[in-house]
Amino acid sequence: MTKIFLVCRRELASMCGGPLAWVLAAVFLLLTGYFFYSDLALFVLVGGANQTRGLWRFMFLDFRLVALLVVPLVTMRLFAEERKQGTLELLWTFPVRDGEVLAGKVLAALALYLGMLAATAVGPALLYALHPFAVAPVLAGYAGLVLLGVAFVACGAAASTVSENQVVSAMLAYGVLVFAWFATWNEAAIGERIAPALLQLSLFDHFYGFAQGVIDSRDVVYLLAFAAFFLFLAHRSLGARAWRGL
Amino acid sequence: MIEARQLAKRFGGRAAIEDVSLGVARGEVVGFLGPNGAGKTTTLRILAGVFPPSRGQALIDGHDVVRAPLAARRRLGYAPERPALHLEMTVAGLLDFAAGMKDVGGARARRAAVEDALARAALGEVAARRIGALSKGVRQRLGLALALVGDPPALLLDEPTAGLDPEQSADMRRLIRGLGTERAVLVSSHALAEVEALCDRVVILHRGRVLSADTPARLAARLRPASRVDVEAAAPADALAAALAAVPGVRRVDLLTQANGHARCRVELEPGRDARAELAARVTGSGWGLLALAPVETSLEEAFLALVAAESERP
Repeated sequence: MTKIFLVCRRELASMCGGPLAWVLAAVFLLLTGYFFYSDLALFVLVGGANQTRGLWRFMFLDFRLVALLVVPLVTMRLFAEERKQGTLELLWTFPVRDGEVLAGKVLAALALYLGMLAATAVGPALLYALHPFAVAPVLAGYAGLVLLGVAFVACGAAASTVSENQVVSAMLAYGVLVFAWFATWNEAAIGERIAPALLQLSLFDHFYGFAQGVIDSRDVVYLLAFAAFFLFLAHRSLGARAWRGL
Repeated sequence: MIEARQLAKRFGGRAAIEDVSLGVARGEVVGFLGPNGAGKTTTLRILAGVFPPSRGQALIDGHDVVRAPLAARRRLGYAPERPALHLEMTVAGLLDFAAGMKDVGGARARRAAVEDALARAALGEVAARRIGALSKGVRQRLGLALALVGDPPALLLDEPTAGLDPEQSADMRRLIRGLGTERAVLVSSHALAEVEALCDRVVILHRGRVLSADTPARLAARLRPASRVDVEAAAPADALAAALAAVPGVRRVDLLTQANGHARCRVELEPGRDARAELAARVTGSGWGLLALAPVETSLEEAFLALVAAESERP
């Protein structure tokens, strides 16, 4: 546990010691702030009485896109940069397990994402102060964004183990995540037999319930299983140095 | 303390090393010598636990690096050829991180371990500096300090003086020599003079196999291609060379210098033959003054080149 904490702390310090994390946080907050404002303005104009369907659903679906844009840029450096600098080699000579290194780095990326996400709560909090509303749907939406973030971070971490080039890592994560999102967009092209199965695998569909204020255990299990699968791949990829070399 | 038993490593279809066995005892500095691509770094990485061997066994203080990797790595300090450093961190910050990762428990013990490593590598003045702002020589010392954190009994140093200027190299050699009095140190290098000056024993690696392992002096003596003697006399150069060539057991005579009626020749003798007395008698018997007569030592570099050349000629 101590090693996980040490790796996490060092990773966070390294992220925050450079401009990338701050630029990403600024972009994240700028975009989520804009979406909150525009969705609220639209709701005030034409939203009707149902706040969950008229405001929060749109806001969380928009926030999801921002997360999709920013998280692979947070995770791309996790292993790629260490591999490029040669520091991964030194890390592997310390008495630490690959799983501890992976956990520390994933937690650091997740902490940064959660920090950014927490800052987006300022808008809804201000709105609550002016016009109190039912909090549960908003909490469900944020819970969905947290789980989605865990899945994105796990996928991005796995992509980062493959190459020493951060751009390659980011593009690989984008490729997997966007495909997992778009997979069910054209059901006619997929075919009637495969469509139901693919629907079950779509990241988009499994977030939709959260955005509407509903926490379905199937969605929770799916997102956690998605994360676990990519963490497993990341762990195996780190172990591949046994036959691939550095 | 450091032991490799018939290590082999393949990456895909390519064999990086094929049969490497060596041992380093506590209090010993062993040089790991070989041309580029011989497999030195691969061997060190296996010993350091970076990746497992395809065959064979690597032990650190009796702990198998594959079966008991954490126990083995706790007793090990590794400094890769290119110092692996987080440039955005401070020197003390990185050493503190390394101390934590090496199971140095407690804030006080970690602080003491960091201070000890800083002192040993003479880095006290730059402890608070960002690593990105340090010179190459200081970074190299920091790489060594990282290996020393936690006071491990076994050290693996991959080309520790690579890229350093002569003064920095001399400092680094002194430092390693000092470390070797109480630890087992395996130093890879292709700088022969460095290995000769630094190491108690030398292991020569070529094409993934150990060619030879011995002390630098014995290795040079054993591999000496021929006995050689330099003879200087107050004599005409051509006459001196002809007289020396006529001595029984002389294979070849080369004129080295001639000036002011003096000549200096290098005489190559048949292996195992000591003809210094006959050479001296021939010079003085010819009525010339004998100014100098000294055997020429075969350097480790010559021995190494002879060994590698002989191995390369094998099918």
